[in-house]
Amino acid sequence: MTYTTKKRLYEKMLRIRRVEETIAAEYPKKEMRCPIHLSIGQEATPVGLCELLSAQDRVYSTHRCHAHYLAKGGNLDAMIAELYGKATGCCKGKGGSMHLVDRSVGMMGSSALVGGTIPLAVGSAFAFKRDELPFLSIAFFGDGATEEGIFYESLNFAALHQLPVIFACENNTYATYSHQSARQADTDITKRGKPFGIPSVRVDGNDVEAVFKAAKTAITRARNGGGPTLFEFVTYRLCDHVGPAPDISIGYRTQAEWDQWAAQCPIKKLEGEIKERETILSAINQEIAQAFERARQAPLPALSEMETDIYA
Amino acid sequence: MRNLKFSEALNEGTLQAMAADPKVFLIGEGIDDPKGAFGTTLDAHKKYGKARVYDSPLSENALTGVGIGAAIEGHPCVMVHMRNEFLLYAIDQVINHAAKWHYMNAGTMRVPIVIRCLVGRGWGQAAQHSQSLQALFAHIPGLKVIMPATAFDAKGMLYAAIQDPNPVICIEHRWLYEKTGEVPAEPYSVPLGQAHVVSPGKDVTCVAISHQLYDALEAKRQLLTKGIDMEVIDLRSLRPLDRTTILRSLQKTGRLIVTDTGFKSFGVSAEIAALAAEEGYAYLKQPVARITLPDLPTPCSYALEEAYYPKVGDIVAAAEKMVTGRRTPVQEERSSAIAFHGPF
Repeated sequence: MTYTTKKRLYEKMLRIRRVEETIAAEYPKKEMRCPIHLSIGQEATPVGLCELLSAQDRVYSTHRCHAHYLAKGGNLDAMIAELYGKATGCCKGKGGSMHLVDRSVGMMGSSALVGGTIPLAVGSAFAFKRDELPFLSIAFFGDGATEEGIFYESLNFAALHQLPVIFACENNTYATYSHQSARQADTDITKRGKPFGIPSVRVDGNDVEAVFKAAKTAITRARNGGGPTLFEFVTYRLCDHVGPAPDISIGYRTQAEWDQWAAQCPIKKLEGEIKERETILSAINQEIAQAFERARQAPLPALSEMETDIYA
Repeated sequence: MRNLKFSEALNEGTLQAMAADPKVFLIGEGIDDPKGAFGTTLDAHKKYGKARVYDSPLSENALTGVGIGAAIEGHPCVMVHMRNEFLLYAIDQVINHAAKWHYMNAGTMRVPIVIRCLVGRGWGQAAQHSQSLQALFAHIPGLKVIMPATAFDAKGMLYAAIQDPNPVICIEHRWLYEKTGEVPAEPYSVPLGQAHVVSPGKDVTCVAISHQLYDALEAKRQLLTKGIDMEVIDLRSLRPLDRTTILRSLQKTGRLIVTDTGFKSFGVSAEIAALAAEEGYAYLKQPVARITLPDLPTPCSYALEEAYYPKVGDIVAAAEKMVTGRRTPVQEERSSAIAFHGPF
């Protein structure tokens, strides 16, 4: 991997991290009045996956969509304004944190129903195949979604039609506070694709270079008519399931476990190799400060906005 | 002008909508089999084959999501379920995704999906194959829900639905499939959201949904012999609901009967009765009457099944009571529908 690429990946991850940390810091002011599901610790997977994608390639996400949105190139001002419920938000204030979207960069939307967007990504891929276009779609979902029936239905259909879709599972062990071992008879998610003949690979989701390398294979496969890939990206969220506060006191995980994963932080892993860290951080912080300020100044939606976009 | 069966009209509307937009595709379980969904997908399959008419795995939930995802990319999807009950497998995708995607995403995403499904009746199809679940879908903002009752509307409304950029649920009663009517050969649209006054009258309004239109029209014939002139409205669109046509009729007659293919409570008939109470109160001379399925699952034995369904006589009796104050006992009778022998 070239230094230029490494630096760009580092910058993207750091930007996501700083956005999430700023949201967490500002949230207690109660000006962002919607549930927030932060991606702190999980930056490497979306950044590594999206690096080789174009705006014609699609990403579908979940309630935990901030990192996916930003990695795909979603507009930062529109994202922060959306959290503030403003008219300039990416959903005009009608979606909130769980439903970020930016069609101009191929970020096609986010659903708070676990597994809900997996078949939508398959649908995009189905359309690309019908049109013989070399584009692909990525469905992001967590370990919990692999228990939903719709996941298996989607794998089957994607395999049956050899569709250009990447099933990107971010396994962070927890579905809210429930441990994977309490929910799954077999916790090896790479086995899920095998009954359908789908290449299934486990990747260190906190190693952005490993993610990038694995992504390249799957993306090439998809673009060349080779069909779907299932990834189990092993990662960890350092934040609470929802909200900005530290959550060790809740008692579902230990400080020791958290510390172990914090040491595996994807950004820390790369930090030593990046020369202009201070400059990069400074520029990111400035961009974020401006986005928050613009969001605060932006107008709230007019009441009439409630009645628009019911029907196209 | 030639006559087509309702099923043939659906077939022709589908074919012509597919000719108008080469990206339209059909998907459903077994829709490419030799029966072609009771003939409604037959010509599309013959003409376009596997490139545009897809057999579907038994995965209604994901396949609805696939249809939504493809529709968003500009490939209008027509999904077919052999019973509206099967659509329930996909209730998350329909309600939480199709209906919400345009709104939540600030108008940047259109979901041109039509989901066609059937209402079963008779020959002991029983509780899980005889429901008429339009109320579930008509309740949801962001969806359109249609129930054409004539061959003319079957073609025109399906054609309009396929061209509509919104998710449309098209619920078709099985007993309508053999009904014939005049159907123009050329493509045409019947606008969604408009009710149709099929037979004007002055004494009482009957809003009829789907196959109940035929019981209402038969009731009208019987009522005319008693000197009562009933106005029969084919509702045909549930969401959007044509409140104007209903209220205009109620203003004229002052008496309202609603006859629906669904269960009595918490459904379409309740919504129309509420409309009358809220916005037509000044017009009402009598309480609203509702002729629907009872609040019971559908039994199998023909001894029970025949008694289960509302009769033409129920509509006649309701109208008579409203107009004359007299209640004539309802005769035992066969309902007016074409005898249905199954197997299903």
